[in-house]
Amino acid sequence: MKLRRSMLFLPGSNAAMLSTAFVYKPDSIMFDLEDAVSLREKDTARMMVYHTLSLPMYRDIEKVVRINPLSSVYGHADLEAAVRGGADVIRLPKTDCAEDIHELEHEVLRIEQSGVRPVGSTGLMAAIESASGVVNAVEIAKSSKRLIGIALAGFDYVMDMQTERGDGTELFYARCAVLHAARAAGIDAFDVVYGNVNDDEGFLREVELAKKLGFNGKSLINPRQIEPLHRAYAPTEEDVDRARRVIAAAEDAEKRGLGVVALNGKMIDAPVIAHAQRVLQRAEASGVRG
Amino acid sequence: MNSMQSLAEQRGIATFGGYAKYAPYLADPVAKRRRKLADTLEEAVRRSGLESGMTISFHHAFREGDKTINQVVDLLAKMGLKNLTLASSSLLTCNAPLIEHIKSGVISRIYTSGMRGKLADAVSHGLMDEPVQIHSHGGRVHLMDAGELKVDVAFLAASAADEFGNANGTGGRSRCGSLGYAMVDAARAKYVIVLTEELVAYPNTPASIRQDQVDCVVKVDQIGDPSKISVGAARITSNPRELLIARYAADVLEHSGYFKEGFSIQTGSGAAATAVTRFLEGRMRKADIHASFALGGITGSIVDLHKKGLIRTILDTQSFDASAAESLRTDPAGHIEISTDYYANQSSKAAAVDEMDMVILSALEIDVGFNVNVITGSDGVMRGASGGHSDTAAGANLAVVVAPLIRGRIPTVCEKVTTVVTPGTCVGVLVTDHGIAVNPNRPEIAERLKAAGLPVLSIEELHARAIAITGTPSPIAFTDRVVGMVRFRDGSLIDTIRQVVD
Amino acid sequence: MKVVREALAGTLESNDLLVRVSPGRGEGYELVISSEVKHQFGPQIEATAKEVLARLAVSGGTVVIEDKGALDCTIRARLEAAAMRACAVEAADIDWSKLK
Repeated sequence: MKLRRSMLFLPGSNAAMLSTAFVYKPDSIMFDLEDAVSLREKDTARMMVYHTLSLPMYRDIEKVVRINPLSSVYGHADLEAAVRGGADVIRLPKTDCAEDIHELEHEVLRIEQSGVRPVGSTGLMAAIESASGVVNAVEIAKSSKRLIGIALAGFDYVMDMQTERGDGTELFYARCAVLHAARAAGIDAFDVVYGNVNDDEGFLREVELAKKLGFNGKSLINPRQIEPLHRAYAPTEEDVDRARRVIAAAEDAEKRGLGVVALNGKMIDAPVIAHAQRVLQRAEASGVRG
Repeated sequence: MNSMQSLAEQRGIATFGGYAKYAPYLADPVAKRRRKLADTLEEAVRRSGLESGMTISFHHAFREGDKTINQVVDLLAKMGLKNLTLASSSLLTCNAPLIEHIKSGVISRIYTSGMRGKLADAVSHGLMDEPVQIHSHGGRVHLMDAGELKVDVAFLAASAADEFGNANGTGGRSRCGSLGYAMVDAARAKYVIVLTEELVAYPNTPASIRQDQVDCVVKVDQIGDPSKISVGAARITSNPRELLIARYAADVLEHSGYFKEGFSIQTGSGAAATAVTRFLEGRMRKADIHASFALGGITGSIVDLHKKGLIRTILDTQSFDASAAESLRTDPAGHIEISTDYYANQSSKAAAVDEMDMVILSALEIDVGFNVNVITGSDGVMRGASGGHSDTAAGANLAVVVAPLIRGRIPTVCEKVTTVVTPGTCVGVLVTDHGIAVNPNRPEIAERLKAAGLPVLSIEELHARAIAITGTPSPIAFTDRVVGMVRFRDGSLIDTIRQVVD
Repeated sequence: MKVVREALAGTLESNDLLVRVSPGRGEGYELVISSEVKHQFGPQIEATAKEVLARLAVSGGTVVIEDKGALDCTIRARLEAAAMRACAVEAADIDWSKLK
């Protein structure tokens, strides 16, 4: 179970950021070749990301590369650079339907088969940025075994919906739809970027909402947002105690060969146990909330 | 001859000859009060009896905004003085015009805490015949008291002074705040000239420099620009890397074992250091503890904690920004001006650094033996200052050095520092953006930090990490010629700086 | 790869470098390096640059590097991008086997 609370976006053309970002220890780093890179920097950013992926300091961090859409003139070369460079996950922007993922998967397989890395070792991630994508979220989420998660991208989506970013009402349906699709497919779900890096309170409100809805985490554009996000996702002492008791009961039942786990006379089923494991994992990663 | 006269003669005592015999100005109601005022700087210099070969001194409280040092040395050059020893508490980028006066033989020896910019570059390339003496703030006072550094004439800039020379940095227009460096010279120089922008009514209080220390007072157009004191130093950073280092540093302070009611601290002026102060507030409130004092160079963020009741007393030897200078002016009970003798001189009857729990310090380089270089840059050229680094590291219970592991492509953690300013034995913890290293001579600190879940590595691991990223740097090429002598705070020679190869 | 036009890549920001490739006469290339960290990393920068240019077999041009303390991976990336621009290599034609 990979912890994915924070996915830090890094512009692929920013040498200083690429040289240092691993120190912030996000759960995943997303090297961006798409929106954060201007048209005249696309080629050089691609080479920067290609070489950065192999830096030893990024070895322990999940590396995601957001490529340009395959329909653009940059998409295929971006994919070559990302897969050959050693990205753990390819993030496809503007995913509207399962077919987009099938096409991506086909290309990834082709590159893998050229011998640069083991077949099947490249994960995929779909970013949903349109009404079509939201409506097709279920088929997208179930479109490939390589998919590790789907993310909602708020900016393009609200444009498509002919509205704008506000208090979250505008994203209400999309968040629920993406989240349900991800859970139905058994993969992760990521909430939108919070654009105003100087508004700590607004950011934390949105984190709280995403966490309550059930998102695994959030996409981030500034390293300063990582620590508050991890803190917000840290369980309370009470959560941890309860989780420990659940796990103890489950282990006890397994040891005694019992098919049914019970705690304080109540039956505990598999989802409760899985939830308890997640709580302990988060506590391990960022402590408990005081 | 009457009996009184013979008694006086017998005992070698003069007989009374009128109330103004030995001080004729007392008979003149105007001269009595104005006798110490010189009309021009040149007149002040003449009165001082300054001659070629003597030693002159200055303070650097205006930092990059200083207008006094260059002005005075320009004049001394015009007056034909040569072969002077310049003892400024420090020198900065703004002192580049001194290069010409060194070339022409006006200045032939320098004592200073540090050097930057073109002057430092020229000196590192062999400008001077005599090596520059680099001292710490406390070490400067020690060298004076030990008799090595004897100041003949001190030129002390003060924003306000009265006709007798009661002077401070909190009155008048150009307020630099604390005159902590200058107080030392006022008490020790053979002849003291106060240069002021504003002559105020007697008595000017509080007097950082007192009338009984001052020989001459002269009004000048400009002594310094206080707006340039805090250039690049005391800003609140939004740089995520500096904030990360500051957060780790605050974690270290909190879990060091010294974070208790009544603790004391010095945080300095760097961006990360200022941010540490901000992080401290929340932790002090949460633990409901207060600091007894904050020491040394003072910034607005320290003043802020003081105003909020979290720091009882500020002991200020250098005000790093306008907010610190203003607090010194308006809060005489809680914000106290102290000399560098009181602050950091190990041969003083007491130095405040010895009372201090924790100090945050910077580093240009730190080696695997925790030795710190704050004077020479990656090209071997001088670009910093010893300051209070070794004084506070030696005095405090815990010295915490904060620095990014790598600057550009230059690793901060290295195998052996280019120049040792502070010996590694005095440094307890190194905080970098890649993790925290604890000096093996402080195992109890390492235990506490590990128990708190902080990313503690060995300094060798940090070094290996740096080299893995940057590659192994080639050694800097130096000639055999010594251009600088680094004096430890006790006056001993701890390292030399050699001329760089062109 | 023959240099056919002038091209730039990179920036003069800290941790980065600016590479300028322009057409020149004859075979091979001329390499000019200035660096903020030349005292400590001059030979390494030159070795990296030469290796990249050799892999790509760049010829008939002058390569000027202005380095601001970039890491090796950045030097490689900017050089490759500048060389491909100067040699008019389209994205679809990149020979990935020639890149480290």
